[in-house]
Order: sequence, then C-alpha cells, then structure tokens
Amino acid sequence: MKPYRPHPRGTPWVFLAPFLLLFGVFTAWPLLRSLQLAFEQTSGPQTTVFVGLKNFRYLATDPLFWQAMENTVTFTLGTVCVQVPVALGLALLLNRPDLRGRALFRLIFFAPSLIGMVFVALLFLPMLEKRTGLVNIWLHAVYPPWNLEFAWLENYAMTALILATVWVGAGFMMVFFLAALQHVPAELLEAAHIDGAGARQRFWHIVLPELRPVLGLMTLLAIVGSMQLFELSYLLLGDTGGVSNRGLSLVMYLYQTGFTTGDLGYASAIGWVLALLLMGVAMLQRHLARRAQED
Amino acid sequence: MRRRLLPLLIYGLLAVFATLTLTPFAFLVASTVKTKADFVSTLFLPAGDGLFGVGWDRLTGENYRRIFGELHVPRALLNSCFLASVGSLLATLFSAMGGYALAKFRFPGREGIIRLVLAALIIPGPLLIAPGFQNLWRLGLLDTYAGLMLPGLAPAFGVFLFRQTMLNAVPSELIEAARIDGAGEFRIFFTLVFPLVRPMFGAFLMIMFLGIWNDYLGPQIVLQSPELYPLSTTVAMLKNLHWNDYGLVMAGTLVAIAPVMCLFLLLQREFIAGLTSGAVKG
Repeated sequence: MKPYRPHPRGTPWVFLAPFLLLFGVFTAWPLLRSLQLAFEQTSGPQTTVFVGLKNFRYLATDPLFWQAMENTVTFTLGTVCVQVPVALGLALLLNRPDLRGRALFRLIFFAPSLIGMVFVALLFLPMLEKRTGLVNIWLHAVYPPWNLEFAWLENYAMTALILATVWVGAGFMMVFFLAALQHVPAELLEAAHIDGAGARQRFWHIVLPELRPVLGLMTLLAIVGSMQLFELSYLLLGDTGGVSNRGLSLVMYLYQTGFTTGDLGYASAIGWVLALLLMGVAMLQRHLARRAQED
Repeated sequence: MRRRLLPLLIYGLLAVFATLTLTPFAFLVASTVKTKADFVSTLFLPAGDGLFGVGWDRLTGENYRRIFGELHVPRALLNSCFLASVGSLLATLFSAMGGYALAKFRFPGREGIIRLVLAALIIPGPLLIAPGFQNLWRLGLLDTYAGLMLPGLAPAFGVFLFRQTMLNAVPSELIEAARIDGAGEFRIFFTLVFPLVRPMFGAFLMIMFLGIWNDYLGPQIVLQSPELYPLSTTVAMLKNLHWNDYGLVMAGTLVAIAPVMCLFLLLQREFIAGLTSGAVKG
C-alpha cells in the first residue's frame, strides 16, 4: 500500500487567496470605512469632516429621504404583490402534465429576465408615451373609453415601474416555481384525488405547503431586489424621479447625495439605513422559514 | 364538456401572456428599422402594399448605419464583451477555488472564513457605493478597468454556492486517491474537481456574465472616459443626446441585448437547470 500523502499545508490558502485578497480590499475594508464615513460630511472623496450623529439626525427630518423611503416601500409591496401571483399562476399553467410546448412557453416567459434594467427602461420609455405609446394605444383598442393622454410617466410613475418590473421578473420567478412544482410527489396528489379532494383543495393542502420554501425564498429575493430600485426609475423618470419626485428611490437618493451633491458621508448614512432594513427583512424571512419547518 | 374547455382556456391564457411578453421585443425590433416619421405614426412595421401588407420599401437601415458609423457603439460593444467575459470567468474561477478550499480541506481558520462568507451574503450592494467609490479614489483606480472589475471578482455568493455544491458533488476519497497517485493540487482541482461541478460552473458563469453586461451603476460611478464605457452607459447616453430620435436609441438597445439573447438561446437548458438545482431541493 502506498503511504498516505497529505496536501501541503498552504494549499487551501492558495485556493482562497484571490477571494480573500479581493474581498478584503474591495468589500471588507470599504465596509469598515463606511462605518466611519456615515459620521462624516464630505465634499467629494478628499475632504471629510467628522460630524458625529448629524447625518442621522438630518436624515430623520429630511423630507426627500422620507419620500424616497415611501416610494421604495410602495414599489416593493406593489412588485411583490403582483409578481409572485403572476409567476405562480404561469408556473401552475405550465405544470399540467399533458401540456404541449412547455419548453417554448418557458423560454418565452424567461427571456425578459436576461435584459438589464437599463435597457428595459430605454425600451419602455417610448411604449409608455402619451398619444403614440403602445401601452395607451392597446388599452384604448381593448377598452375604448381609455384616454390616450393617460400620463404613465408623469402621474402614474409607480404603476409604470411595477409594470415594467413584473414584465422582467415574473418569468425568472416562474422558472423556480415550476421546478419546485415538479418536485411535488405525484403519489400524494393521486391519493388525494382518489380520496375525493378537489383541485382547489389539492392546491391549498398539498401543492402550496410543498412550495412554501421556494415561495419564501422568491419573496425575499423580490423584496431585496425591489428595495434596490435604481436604473429603471433613473432612466425612465429622470435622475430626481420625475414629477414631484414620484419615482425617487432610496438608492437614487443615495446616488444623488453622493455624486451630485458630493456628500459621501450622508450617502453612507442612507446606505446603512437601507442595509439595516434589508437585513431585518432577511432575518424575518429566516425566522418565518424556520418556524414553518418546525410545524 | 369541461374536459374540452379547460385545455382551451389554458392554452388561451398562455397565448395571451406569451403575446404580452413578446410584444416589447417585436416593438423593439420594428422600431430600429423605421424612419422618425414612421416611428410616431405606426406601432410595429408600417403598412404598405408589400408582402404581408407591410411597406417594406419604407424601412431604413439608417439607424444601424449611424449606430455603427458615427457613435461610440462598436467600441462599447467590444468593451462590454471584454468586461463581461474576462470578469465572469475570473469571478467564477475565484468562487470555485474558494468554495473548494472551504468544502474539501480542514485547516485552522476555516470556520472563521465560512462565517465571514455567510455574513457577506447579506451585505447589500448599495451600502458599498459611497465607501467603495472613496476606496477606489484612494487606490487611484477611478476611471480604470481595474477599478471597475476588481470589486466584482470576489462574490461571497459564489464561494457559498460552490462550497455547498462541492460538499456533496465531489467525493473526498477521489481527491485522496489522486493525491496518493502523486497528482499536484492544481491538477486535482482542474482535472478532477472541475468536471464534477461543470453544470454549476456554467450556470454561475452565465449569471456573472449577465450581471456585468447589464451593470449600469458600476460604470456610471467608476468611469469618466467615454471610450471606456460599456454598452449600458453608452446606450443610456444615446438617450440623453438623441432623446427625440427613438429609432436610434432602440437600435442601440437591440445591439445591447441581442448578444446575451443569442448566448442564452444556445445554453438555455443547461442554464435553467443549473439555476434552479440549488434553490429547489427536497
């Protein structure tokens, strides 16, 4: 028998080196710095003044910050409430065993999620125009009282943003639901069918509980993604979020204070509020998932 | 009766949703070959007496001629190809290497690094915008590709995914056997471990590629020289400079999304399977 040959002691460190080095320099270090930066006022990256809690105190009474917060939360709730049911509905439609063309439909629904939000914004811009926009013209064709002057980008900015986001993201989510649906044990459904459970009962009592982990994960991803709304609103509505800042999001406001005003300290403070919010959501989801597992 | 109606209803619903999903694509493609006048007067292709009732003779290649002739788009296309392919390859390689070390080696400090990776998973990107910018300024990396790419090459998410995959997909006995046979550590990684996680590698590569290709905020913050701009910033700039010329902006947009669409069509089965395999396990 050949002798056991251990690996050289440094081997794991060699494999980890690129990650640790880059992570340290470009994530961990700036993250630590941002703890300090949030208590400073800056004018561009070079001049910084320590201001203590002033950034956070100002944040508490800054009307633009609270507007951005309200917009972001509205957008997130709207997106999740539309996207999750649409994605689940599409997945259920595609999950029928005798369906033909499943692969084609899946491909079609998934395709928009490959497009970056920048390009989605540019594409939706002409479609949401007043008289000439495709959305208004089609709505008018389907429902004649629809006003062709309907100002999506001016007065219904939030609805427009949610619409575009669902177009992009529903297919992505659907793919995960579909994969999870195909893991639902067929014997279980069959047994329930034989026992006289209707389609609705089977959905609520067998399919939905099986989907719960994926449903939780997808909802979390949608919330975390939507809370970081930037490109879509920035390019569709302009850098201040359009008419009376209706589309101004937290990340847009962060970007604006950091790079238009040049106060990276205040931008960091906004970043921390957003981060704590997202961490709270993630922890809540983990807690709920764990409790569901224990049941 | 119900048995016949139900499939009809399902196919009907699917057709409606598929049409809604595809309409923006049709609109996009049609817009790029129309003149300014036809853009405002017709939704898709202009009517005429050509084949299928379309006025084919009214279409124009002018938008593409200008996109590739006068504007920065060809250069931006090259930039995007470079950034996305090199960036995604390195990010995936570094993630796989890190994940391998954490999955298949026992060494002091391992638990600490695993905890670090898990903690890093919840750091939201926007938190790093301001301090990241300041960091790049300190290092003198603003307006360089190094500054744009390096922060994205160490995704904690990737290390985590590869570690999870390798825990089960790579048998430790196989690695031991190769070591006894005298194979070097890098040879073990590339010829033994790598083939076992190839589906995961492909899916992650594609996710990274898309992420870099579609990134707008990064280049917007780091880069100043227009000749370094990737497609995202270049096409968005087209919109600001030629806001009344939608045909031109649409042509730029199509040029920007066509490559990733083609790539995806080639790899879609593997990609979707790889994507969902991690999230959906019994």
